[in-house]
Amino acid sequence: MSGKHQIAAGFLPLLDSALLAAAHEQGFAEAEGIELRLVRENSWASIRDRLAVGHFDAAHMLAPMPIACNLGLTPLATEMIAPMALGLGGNAVTVSVALWSAMRDNGALDDLDPLRNGKALGSVISARKRGGGRLLRFGVVHPHSGHNYELRYWLAACGVDPEREIEIVILPPPLMPDALIAGRIDGYCVGEPWNTAAVSKGAGRIVTVKAAIWRSSPEKVLGVAKAWADRNPEALTALLRALYRAAEWCGSSENLGDLARILASTHYIDCPQEWLMPALIGAVEVGPSQVVAVPDFFVPHAKAATFPWTSHALWFYSQMVRWEQVDANIANEGIARNTYRPDLYRAALRDVDVALPGANAKVEGALNEPTPVGSSGPSLTLGPDGFFDGAVFDPDQVSAYLSGQRKR
Amino acid sequence: MTIIHDVTGIAARIEELQPDVIVIDLENPNRDMLENMFQLSRAVKRPIAMFVDRSDMASIEAAIDAGVSAYVVDGLKKERVKPILDMAIIRFNAFSRMARELEEARSELESRKVVERAKGILMKSRGLSEADAYGLLRKTAMNENRKISEIAQSLVTAAGLLGPGGDA
Repeated sequence: MSGKHQIAAGFLPLLDSALLAAAHEQGFAEAEGIELRLVRENSWASIRDRLAVGHFDAAHMLAPMPIACNLGLTPLATEMIAPMALGLGGNAVTVSVALWSAMRDNGALDDLDPLRNGKALGSVISARKRGGGRLLRFGVVHPHSGHNYELRYWLAACGVDPEREIEIVILPPPLMPDALIAGRIDGYCVGEPWNTAAVSKGAGRIVTVKAAIWRSSPEKVLGVAKAWADRNPEALTALLRALYRAAEWCGSSENLGDLARILASTHYIDCPQEWLMPALIGAVEVGPSQVVAVPDFFVPHAKAATFPWTSHALWFYSQMVRWEQVDANIANEGIARNTYRPDLYRAALRDVDVALPGANAKVEGALNEPTPVGSSGPSLTLGPDGFFDGAVFDPDQVSAYLSGQRKR
Repeated sequence: MTIIHDVTGIAARIEELQPDVIVIDLENPNRDMLENMFQLSRAVKRPIAMFVDRSDMASIEAAIDAGVSAYVVDGLKKERVKPILDMAIIRFNAFSRMARELEEARSELESRKVVERAKGILMKSRGLSEADAYGLLRKTAMNENRKISEIAQSLVTAAGLLGPGGDA
């Protein structure tokens, strides 16, 4: 059975590599005739480069990355596609103990509320400016990452100019907690377990989460070189099916202990198993023995979590425009939209009995509560999918959204 | 050619050195940070075009196969880049070979030490001569189809567990 399709896939040591890890470890890849070879990488750049030259056939990728590639924003721009998402949510914003204490003095609370805590951070930033202090420095993992865009979105919506009033630097995820401890950064936005790591070392405080800034929001995708997908349609179909089954498995609460054990092992994240549990069970340890329930912190399967919505691709494009990474025009909008391939996702899963959304795009921020939607196959519930500031992103009105965006 | 191991203050160093080509180990976890820095012209005054010439896929593949990524100052001619990159790849390969050989030599020395200790244990506990002790280790390794150093390591570990009387 095994070995019909040999697929090499790269990943970074993060919670949302879960689908790839489970596909391999729980036999979902093998059941689809795939011999899956997973390779842990050290940087997103290496993932991109090895995918471009064919060392990898597929990879765990930051959701905006294949779009940035196709827009020519990265070195080595090979045409990439995203035929599947690898879950929703999974990130948090962590600050140093010193910054938390200043935020608390300005009204921040333990409840992870993005608006209140963002305003408190804004007050700290204003006070530092008046006092002539240096700019606060925040780490994100990549310029074309959900982390960079959601940190900026959050701050801008709370009245902070992320371009001028703070400094944003790029750091690899596993090095964030140490950089915070060493005082080289004051806070960061990263995927788990690298927030919990800082909290458990007593060095950091989680102040808000991606799932609160934008509920049910995209984070990682399966990135594939378009040329590989064109040449290997059967292998791609098999891989999407295996990952879909893996997502179902990861989304079932009875498997969370096994999933944590797999991810904690030396082949994957190589960290204490306890670091993975808060995100998996949706009980975020924001500080020493202080737990806040965030049931949708990381969603691997429910709410069509693996569907590559073109509205997600277009929102990332809107943020690339907002922060002047790319020019706004119809051609670029088209490139962004076409990078995500719901058609391939549907084609791969059509013949298996799963819930497929009826549309390829949705109005982001339209659903305030879980809502059953039209789907082919079994029933499907989406949302809530709101932005914390109440904004709505209509993928058919991108130009209007772009002109309404403030820089700060 | 200058080799930099520490990324602290890297922007200033690049400014001072004014390199034509920057080569980074693919395994370096700071690649995303460095790439971002090259893209922000205010951090590095020289415009760094990305990678080698994008159309030159052969050079790109050669570099990545060798485990390096190369960034070239914008406008530098392809004919000038090629020899610099080839040289960098050769130097990189030589460096990783040296590191590998050093590691091999170190583990060779370690295994020789452990074999010496295992021989000592056998000589003491079974009253064997040095040659017979070595012969016994060698025979056991052959019978079990394992390396002699592995057998020696097992023996040393076991002797350690068995406590006083062992040599470990």
